[in-house]
Amino acid sequence: MSEYKTVFGGLNDFTPGGVDAIDDNPKNYVFSNVFDVASRSAPYERVAVGKNLEYVMEVLRAEGQSPWYACAHDEFALCMDGEVEIHLVKPEDADGLVDPDSEGAVVLDEAPDGRKMGRIVLRRGHQALLPGGAAYRFEAGAPSVILTQTIQGPATVERWAEICQSESRPAA
Amino acid sequence: MTEALQTHYKINPASNETGYKSYEAGSFKFTRDEYFVSIVWPKGAHTMAADGFMRAMMRTVAWGFFYGTLSYDPVFGTTNHYGIVDMFAGTYHPVFKENGRDHLEKFKAEDLLELFRDLVDDWTNEGYDPFAAPGEDDAGQPWGRKNGNNADAVTRIRVTANRMVGLPGDAEIRTDANGFPQNRMFADVSSDQPLVEAEPGFEDEVAAFNLYDYLSRSDVTWNPSVCSVVKESLFCPTSEEFILPVEHGNDRCEWFVQLSDEITWEVKDKDTGNPRCRIVMRAGDVACMPADIRHQGYSPKRSMLLVWENASPRIPDMIQSGEAPVIAVQF
Repeated sequence: MSEYKTVFGGLNDFTPGGVDAIDDNPKNYVFSNVFDVASRSAPYERVAVGKNLEYVMEVLRAEGQSPWYACAHDEFALCMDGEVEIHLVKPEDADGLVDPDSEGAVVLDEAPDGRKMGRIVLRRGHQALLPGGAAYRFEAGAPSVILTQTIQGPATVERWAEICQSESRPAA
Repeated sequence: MTEALQTHYKINPASNETGYKSYEAGSFKFTRDEYFVSIVWPKGAHTMAADGFMRAMMRTVAWGFFYGTLSYDPVFGTTNHYGIVDMFAGTYHPVFKENGRDHLEKFKAEDLLELFRDLVDDWTNEGYDPFAAPGEDDAGQPWGRKNGNNADAVTRIRVTANRMVGLPGDAEIRTDANGFPQNRMFADVSSDQPLVEAEPGFEDEVAAFNLYDYLSRSDVTWNPSVCSVVKESLFCPTSEEFILPVEHGNDRCEWFVQLSDEITWEVKDKDTGNPRCRIVMRAGDVACMPADIRHQGYSPKRSMLLVWENASPRIPDMIQSGEAPVIAVQF
């Protein structure tokens, strides 16, 4: 008997399932696939794939170097494919950089002045804390995929009609 | 429906015949024999196989009634009102309802939970693990007359990280050394750890862990655990195998991200149980369960599922008032 094989999928290797509507509108299930979304995104677009009132999950196609981001609250980054490096900085004037009462990630115009906090390298399945009050930047040598846990902010992109299943689709 | 809060709880001595204790909560009575559980209420009675009942009751206890409704089958279940819990029979079954055979009583959640904890302890025999999938070597069997206990299995604490698993002082990562070997179906999952280089003074904030390795070492199924927290946004990943032991009726929108393998969801109308859709989720798929459905998952191979919850206690009222949507996103 063969060993069990765990299927994770990836940017170039995904087979979405789907919503087979019996008595419902398939749009109600907001069905998408993170690898499909990343495959059709520009590098570091923060595309929402989940939204629960103010909270969102975003998919980022990590490729090359991202802009610097800052956020007043904690966020998390889960690498779902590839390898992603994260650089963290404690800004000298964190409150001046981002309103401490604001929500969601903010794109910075330039690298912030401040102390280096450290560096993290994520591969598939690794999850990192992006601590509130810090600034961070992603870097990926090859196209990779990040899923964030955060709050909707000015950098969040919504294009649900493009990414979600609209018609009933019986999955084989 | 009885609106008054029930205060009658009774644990009866073990039966001479089966060895199991019987239980009373309000006017509901629970007994079990070698194969079956019987639930009796003033206008009816219901029988379930002991395995399905025990798996459902184990989650009820471990999740503290969870969010919304836990239907053990089309007839019996509970609905969480956060502090107060409904226990019902036939309430969400059109035929029971039409014929006046439905029944619902209200309980203080902590009091009912205490009775259920005793029931789970007494009705779980030595070697049987209601958290395990039946195909696992150490799942054991629920059948037969009373034969010992399995307290280690039924008193597991559901992991609830305060910020993120692996941070100093927070929920620990799982390793061979602390008693969490990889599951047989996840033996091919990499245990490599992320590279973390923290500058002095930032050791508590520069942090990462291998979530997939963590999930590959989970010793329970269908038991979402909080692994990271952004205010009221909870990432609750879990490992799934066989059948979700309850039909979960949502009182809020609930998101799923299929991290590995495949789960099929049967989705029904929350009130009537009529089929609404069937969803196949494969690795990378994202879907949202609306707030007016019940769902039950089938995972043929052990899989990793990220359950994403908004834990705000205000949401059920917000949905009722129209302030929060039943469908998470309109497009």
